[in-house]
Amino acid sequence: MSAAIIQLLWIILWAVVIIVPVIIGVIVMTYAERKVIGAMQARIGPNRLGLAGIFQPIADTIKLMSKEIIVPTQANRYLFLIAPMLTIAPAITAWAVIPFAKGWILANINAGGLFLLAITSLGIYGIMIAGWASNSKYALFGALRAAAQMISYELGMGFAVIGVLMAANTLNLQKIVMAQSGGIWHWFFIPLFPLFLVYWICGVAETNRAPFDVSEGESEIVAGFHVEYSGIAFAIFFLAEYANMILISAIASVFFLGGYLSPFAGIPGLQVLFSVVPGVVWLVLKMAIFLFVYLWLRATFPRYRYDQIMRLGWKVLIPVTLVWLVVEAVAIMLHLPPWFGVS
Amino acid sequence: MASRIKQWLKSFTLWELLKGLRVTFAYLLRRKRTVQFPEVKTPNSPRFRGLHALRRYPNGEERCIACKLCEAVCPALAITIEAGPREKDGQRRTTRYEIDLFKCIYCGFCEEACPVDSIVETNLSHYHFEYRGENILTKEKLLAIGDRYEAEIAKARQADGDYR
Repeated sequence: MSAAIIQLLWIILWAVVIIVPVIIGVIVMTYAERKVIGAMQARIGPNRLGLAGIFQPIADTIKLMSKEIIVPTQANRYLFLIAPMLTIAPAITAWAVIPFAKGWILANINAGGLFLLAITSLGIYGIMIAGWASNSKYALFGALRAAAQMISYELGMGFAVIGVLMAANTLNLQKIVMAQSGGIWHWFFIPLFPLFLVYWICGVAETNRAPFDVSEGESEIVAGFHVEYSGIAFAIFFLAEYANMILISAIASVFFLGGYLSPFAGIPGLQVLFSVVPGVVWLVLKMAIFLFVYLWLRATFPRYRYDQIMRLGWKVLIPVTLVWLVVEAVAIMLHLPPWFGVS
Repeated sequence: MASRIKQWLKSFTLWELLKGLRVTFAYLLRRKRTVQFPEVKTPNSPRFRGLHALRRYPNGEERCIACKLCEAVCPALAITIEAGPREKDGQRRTTRYEIDLFKCIYCGFCEEACPVDSIVETNLSHYHFEYRGENILTKEKLLAIGDRYEAEIAKARQADGDYR
């Protein structure tokens, strides 16, 4: 009995150890977003609070926390308040199976990839419930768009993940990373490049970020599913969106860029020089690249029209993945080195 | 056929998206155009039309001779003038000169109409009202603004002098 309690406390401790850096990552991300997009628009972004405005996200947090949570009279109070929690929970839960470094993994389960797909799909429930419970037409439109879009892109993403599991021959995330060991040319983004692109596009669409942000679409439907939310309830949606972005970046790094593996492994000289760098640093750097691309895309592309999103998802991305799965299957049959050779 | 293949290749290599991304990345590294407003202000033209002022001659005599041309030309009917003989020497002067800033559209016609360069629009653009009625600029207020910013007003007229 006491052993079970100690184990539970241990797991809670580890969960806190994971969640706190994720929330810090969200804070850094909001700041980076305003700075990077500002720079891309020839502006300088926030610079008043603290050195170069680094305390701006903290001021925003205090503002959001001190604001009133308004529940519309016609809204379903219970569902309205539970929706943000349903959105944030999957965004944080999924981190349990991400390997941060060799052995640094909270739940080393064999179906890790499947768990990620399942958990990230659950995020849509929070959005649907938020849109429905608000009893506002804009919120409902936003939620419907988000649901249709996330379900469509889930398929493309699933096919891309199938490619990874075919290449790694496992769904265990730790083993997927280890299957890419041996140098940068062993990483899966080279043999699975089309799947990598499809995965990334689907990932951007999954998190409802520009250019796939029709569910927010501030110029058409105000703010989509979270129009009626204010104060900390809105902040939780915000937190979930950014946590999901960081999660998608982490998953993309693990599946395609070798997770915590050093990019210099296998290169004489450099390999020894960089062997002191812990794996988690490489993972964070790889995630930072993806997160930058998120901001870069947002600063560059206009929003997709709704029917174009559906066309891209169903008629372009899914066929591309299917074709490449066939190519990959042939490559595996032929034991194409260096990725699919007999190990 | 060849053009369709070209189109197909272009869309599958995301060529045009990459071109767009290159533009934004170039801007990321370029010099920023932000003006740090309260500390730095954007330069404005000597012809800028901001808050109004009534000017005086260097000897302290007010310029306005109550000709009412500004009142007549004002398209927004923002200017109200009443005139009469001045108590001191019986000269014809304004007894009341009011501009309603809520009506004023800052067209600058009053300034152009004025034969003695009395009513002018300064380059002051940052001002506010806190109480009802403050939007009416009375003669005293207009003269006070003129006295306070006379140097700047004269400099702006000088800079634009060749074109007036």
